[in-house]
Amino acid sequence: MALLEIRNVTRRFGDFVAVDSVSLDIEAGEFFCLLGPSGCGKTTLLRMVAGFDAPDGGTIRLDGRDMAGIPPESRDVHTVFQSYALFPHMSVADNIAFPLKMSKVPDEQIARRVEEALEDVSLTGMSKRFPSELSGGQRQRVAVARALINRPKLLLLDEPLAALDAKLKEKMQLELITLQKEVGIAFVYVTHDQQEALALAHRIAVMNKGRVEQLDEPSKIYGFPKNRFVADFIGTCNILEAEVLELNGARMRLSIAGLGEVETSQIEGTKRGAKGVLALRPEQVAIRPQLAVDPDENRFVGKVFDFLYLGDVTVYVVELPNGSRVEAMLPNSAPGRAKFFEPGDAVDISWRYDAGRFLTE
Amino acid sequence: MSASAARVARLHKWLIGGPPLAYLLLFFAIPTLIMVVASFRYPGEFSGLAPLVEESDTGRILNLTVENYQRFFSDFIYAELFIKSFGYALVTTVLCLLIAYPLALLIARSPKRNRDRLVLLVILPFWSNFLIRVYAWMIILGPQSVFVGGFNAFIGLFGLEPVRMLFTPFAVIVGLVYVHLPFMVLPLYANLEKHDAGLLDAAQDLGANAWQRFWRVTFPLSLPGVFAGAALVFIPAFGIFAIPDLLGGTGGIMIGNVIKQQFLDSRDWPFGSVLSMVLTVAAVVLAGTAALYARRSRLA
Repeated sequence: MALLEIRNVTRRFGDFVAVDSVSLDIEAGEFFCLLGPSGCGKTTLLRMVAGFDAPDGGTIRLDGRDMAGIPPESRDVHTVFQSYALFPHMSVADNIAFPLKMSKVPDEQIARRVEEALEDVSLTGMSKRFPSELSGGQRQRVAVARALINRPKLLLLDEPLAALDAKLKEKMQLELITLQKEVGIAFVYVTHDQQEALALAHRIAVMNKGRVEQLDEPSKIYGFPKNRFVADFIGTCNILEAEVLELNGARMRLSIAGLGEVETSQIEGTKRGAKGVLALRPEQVAIRPQLAVDPDENRFVGKVFDFLYLGDVTVYVVELPNGSRVEAMLPNSAPGRAKFFEPGDAVDISWRYDAGRFLTE
Repeated sequence: MSASAARVARLHKWLIGGPPLAYLLLFFAIPTLIMVVASFRYPGEFSGLAPLVEESDTGRILNLTVENYQRFFSDFIYAELFIKSFGYALVTTVLCLLIAYPLALLIARSPKRNRDRLVLLVILPFWSNFLIRVYAWMIILGPQSVFVGGFNAFIGLFGLEPVRMLFTPFAVIVGLVYVHLPFMVLPLYANLEKHDAGLLDAAQDLGANAWQRFWRVTFPLSLPGVFAGAALVFIPAFGIFAIPDLLGGTGGIMIGNVIKQQFLDSRDWPFGSVLSMVLTVAAVVLAGTAALYARRSRLA
């Protein structure tokens, strides 16, 4: 039995279906991410798990117990809010002690446990400060410590790093991973930031329009997107309209509109003549002035149209003779790398047959 | 910033701050000083004040005395009146707080478009004259009123004697609470309206029930509003004379009535000034202590 069982949960606001018959299982001790664009229903789902909203249909079970009608204060679930919602009139220690006071833990125990919690989030010595005297990262740590102090079964995190700058965000991500491992409490983390989800989660549920599009490990979500939405939402992707020409053992040949024929891995159940798209990650597209012939590669000639220098990598937009464009990414750290391409440069692009992924939906 | 820009900035500051400053000097600071001096002067032969400088054989002498203060401190009746007025003001403040808090909370938590309308209802009484509103209470609490008649009929069922309401301390408290209620509601509402609803969600999420959410989050955060409202009610209620005059009868007088008597009936301006000075000092000391306490405990 999973720790949290979400079965066919639906939530409507008027005509708008915010959450559409979602079923999920979240296991004890796992770091789970709900990922999707704003308005996809991930926060509504989180609020229903916390108890601030009730489903119109379906059930939510925590540890086998139906949560229907149980108010948030009686659920063994705590939330780290996006704004942190620290109590401004309480010191750091009082904020962290709040859940213990609510559950009438004796005072002498509270002091000790608050001290331990401060240590866990490296805020020792800050207990007398007030939230207004803390930095963004410190506030975030207090919010997490407060939500974890009485060891809930489940911790919900609603975009807790959204307000932090990129550098601090990365640092806090690492801290969250370590903390989650230490405490062993299941985390359900809501975010619209795909990089964050890939970095943090054991499993990710990609949501769109109230539905779960794909539920998998981060590497599977990234490497084997199930459909066009997931391919497009996670990372950047070349999406090329394609039709299946021929099935050939483990491979199949596709005709890409305006580009020509390419080979790709066969997807189980694909039939000849099926229409769809080829999703191709830019980092899997090689770009070179000259190419050695390799039968495993799909090779085309083109011209650099434009490029995007990102520091560690450069993304080149290559225009093919028929006018279609493909993005190719080149790490700037490659040994012996001397040549940057300029717009107008003639280049060859290629990718291995197993790089792209044919998607019919 | 160049020197001329700094000069312009300074000029702007004086242009904006000057008029209110002049107003306060003219109509607040100077009258207060006049009263301070008056409390040390002798009463005039028929009314008002005796001349400040007197020509005598030995030359000019300054006609000042501490007799007025000696009189105040030698007769316990004045201190008693102060204590009684303090009690009335305190009871009024507490009752206003108890009535205003739920009302302000209700307004602050109602949908945004309704809030302005509800606030308008709170200040609606200001549209008619203060004295007329107090006279209305004389009718409501008077022996012929339906309210008093109904109440007496009701307690009569239990074999109790009919009670009189007008011209009692009860009537004074009713009037004081009625008149000062908006001054408690408005600062409380202004404070509660700004509260972050997310904090209540967080408290609930962390295990606080409705009562704990109020007592641990809403109430402590509203204390600046409570203090502001309490000051706005307590200080005027402490020195008021019109309400005890109209509703209190002989037993219901407060220190404000005595001050009024000194100026208008007894024509003893210096002693009236002494009472006013004591009232002002008491109010300032009380408000200052409350403010100090609030700052100490990081409430305001």
